[in-house]
Amino acid sequence: MKIAIPLALTALLAALAWAGTEYLGLQVLFGIVVPYVAVACFVIGFVFRLVNWGRSAVPFRIPTTCGQQKSLPWIKQNKIENPSSFAGVVGRMLLEVLVFRSLFRNTKTEKRGDKLGVGSAKWLWLGALVFHWSFLLIIVRHLRFFLDPVPAFLAGIDGADAFLQVGLPLLYITDLTIVAALTFLFIRRVVVPRVRYLSLPNDFFPLFLIIGVVLAGVAMRYVFRIDLVGVKEMTMGLVTLHPAIVDGVGAIFYVHLFLASALIAYFPFSKLMHAGGIVLSPTRNAANDSRMVRHVNPWNPDVKVHTYAEYEDEYKDKMAKAGLPLDAE
Amino acid sequence: MANQVIPENELLDFTYDLPKTDWMHTPVEFKPGMYCHGAKEKTVEAVGMPNGHAWSPADEDWHLPEGWKETVLNGMQSLMGKYRSFKLFMDVCVRCGACADKCHFYMASGDPKNMPVVRAELLRSVYRRYFTLSGKMFGELVGARDLTEDVIKEWYYYFFQCTECRRCSVFCPYGIDQAEITMMGRELLNLLGLNTEWIAGPVANCYNKGNHVGLEPQTIMSNVEFMMEDLEEITGKTYRPSFNRKGAEILFVVPSGDLYAEPGTHTFMGYIMLLEELGLDYTLSTYASEGGNFGFFTANDMAKRLNAKMYAEAKRLGVKWMLGGECGHMWRLVNQYMDTWNGPADFLEVPVSPVTGTRFENASATKMVHITEFTADLLYHDKIKVDPSRNDHLVVTYHDSCNTARAMGLLEEPRYIINKVCNNFHEMAEETIREKTLCCGSGAGLNAGENMELRMRGGFPRAQAVRQVRDAYGVNTLANICAIDRAAFPALMDYWVPGTRVTGVHELVGNALVLEGEGERTLDLRLQELPRKPKPASADAASGEGADHVQG
Repeated sequence: MKIAIPLALTALLAALAWAGTEYLGLQVLFGIVVPYVAVACFVIGFVFRLVNWGRSAVPFRIPTTCGQQKSLPWIKQNKIENPSSFAGVVGRMLLEVLVFRSLFRNTKTEKRGDKLGVGSAKWLWLGALVFHWSFLLIIVRHLRFFLDPVPAFLAGIDGADAFLQVGLPLLYITDLTIVAALTFLFIRRVVVPRVRYLSLPNDFFPLFLIIGVVLAGVAMRYVFRIDLVGVKEMTMGLVTLHPAIVDGVGAIFYVHLFLASALIAYFPFSKLMHAGGIVLSPTRNAANDSRMVRHVNPWNPDVKVHTYAEYEDEYKDKMAKAGLPLDAE
Repeated sequence: MANQVIPENELLDFTYDLPKTDWMHTPVEFKPGMYCHGAKEKTVEAVGMPNGHAWSPADEDWHLPEGWKETVLNGMQSLMGKYRSFKLFMDVCVRCGACADKCHFYMASGDPKNMPVVRAELLRSVYRRYFTLSGKMFGELVGARDLTEDVIKEWYYYFFQCTECRRCSVFCPYGIDQAEITMMGRELLNLLGLNTEWIAGPVANCYNKGNHVGLEPQTIMSNVEFMMEDLEEITGKTYRPSFNRKGAEILFVVPSGDLYAEPGTHTFMGYIMLLEELGLDYTLSTYASEGGNFGFFTANDMAKRLNAKMYAEAKRLGVKWMLGGECGHMWRLVNQYMDTWNGPADFLEVPVSPVTGTRFENASATKMVHITEFTADLLYHDKIKVDPSRNDHLVVTYHDSCNTARAMGLLEEPRYIINKVCNNFHEMAEETIREKTLCCGSGAGLNAGENMELRMRGGFPRAQAVRQVRDAYGVNTLANICAIDRAAFPALMDYWVPGTRVTGVHELVGNALVLEGEGERTLDLRLQELPRKPKPASADAASGEGADHVQG
């Protein structure tokens, strides 16, 4: 069920866009209204979530230290994994965001008879890294539909991505890698019993949405070979706020656009917000310097304590007998 | 105690196979040996915590206070405003599963609700149901569920099967820390008067008497007297460490376990030999006689209340700075909480070692130095004489305690000391030490007697690593810098790796420390015969090697 429902939902969304534009003539809805609403949802939702997290206090500095602290001058500090300065924190965050440092540590525990064995397990890291970087490059590549004239560096990225010079239109490497990575991530979620057990329907839904967007995109380029000039005319219309429908771009384009719209509209309300959340993560973005620099808790409560005077009052006879000095003498 | 647990082969008779029903539809089952007794009404009330009442985890009806549901939901709302960590960790998990097999309790029980991600989902599912739009609308379809009494029971069972060791957070791509989630879960349970007696009892002791084990001032003094008599027998020297002395330069705070029972007391003897040999102007306190803080395993306010006495006592006694003993969670708190709770410590000075002149800049705000930092600095500057051959009967490995490793990064200092005072040191497997260290299985208040099966399971991955170095190098000694380790490891080692000695690092220092004008030492700090010195035939080699360490 946790796979079937999100899969059906994704298929339904795709079918809606197909039928709506192919048979019902709802091009304006799917080509103009929905994309604008989705972008608005994304921007407002994303900002709202960040602000909402940001409004919660950070009462303590709780970095997870993954290396030697700064202590005596002759002991080598691990300045990235246990940062004590802002620069160190920036380095740590960059490693997390760009190359998924923590995931790279991943291992796998197995039980063989009476023993536990720990083995290397870098596949998740590799799959995640390939997926995220491919996705980023594909988004950057798509900017050519939203900029006119297309800047030289975008053309450069485009050329580099197609450097295999295979097929017509030229095959993008990122199309191969993202399909491979998504396939791996999906299969892993289904096949690894532990991961299937802990997965929720809302883990499969965004995965299916992204797979849907990618497959529709791939189909547009390599199978249907849709009218790119017409597409660019429409996308430029959207970004210049003079939206218009161009006839003949084909239903598959609307499927791609609608699934992509669904994805970005869903983004702020889902786990996909990890993209924004990681930067705020208190175990990663704080320096381990709270013995050097005072950190203030904005809601530090006044509490009742058991004072020394009360303690001495309760134990003064016993203390005197044990030869301990007393304040009250 | 440990041998009442089911036999070893039965304990390991489990698999990682997963149940047919998903976790949300698998009710919690309270298995004897896996949970602690509930906190008694009077223990909870002794420190003014809310809703103490008569109940037992084994009962069907927990007699939850009226309006308990609102209490919990309001509590969650409040905690989300107070802790960005809580809100963020409720939202950003993608359930990639990287944490799943990193938890020692999962590794050694196979219980899927002990995978950190699922343990967190126990709370997240309630968060989604009441605090997110999608959860309110779609319920179970988005992993949301109603808050029921069964959920509360499940929280109790599993949030007290987490030692807040933070190992999962090392592997999480977003740094989600199950310790933080467990702390929130326990804080919510405390609103309903639900805690374990093993935690609530020490909290009450610590608040009223100054330490977890409930030692009154005269008992502390007589315990110390016994230890000093032993030291006199071992060294021929008379030691009279001062307590509650005004005008000392340094206030020395140790975990009370070191004043109470073996092998902690041996560690304490090591501290005193060192500090006395240096002629330091230091004092201890019967009021601030606890560096540890079981309040941290209940609620933030309680932890702050127990911690307050450390700075208060330093101020009253007029010391210049503070030195802290070997304790794990004490040092998480000193490093990440103490100054924020009860600072600023502007009545103290930046610590400077009176022996070496080293200024501990890394403690310039809290003004508190870890004793392994202090001792490593002494050894580096050759300010003390040590004879590592006195530890030659020990083949040592070192266990990083969770908190000093992952909430501080105190990794090299203890290793430097051990390498100076011992000749035989071997590391355990790389994936079980430093930031990846495995928990003793008894931290965060779980070192009770009635949950012994849980402790033996949770400690198994660590014990297996000890067993590997025993088999490979003949390791017979497990060194550590944590009072909970010293209390918990003896039972764990008896069970899994019998014959392994558990020792604090400063016990090893005490053994090796060459005292001014001392004759030949024949006993170690446990009053056991030291191995005989080599005969003159090999004296050259021995003294040549020794000179390396003894100089200065």
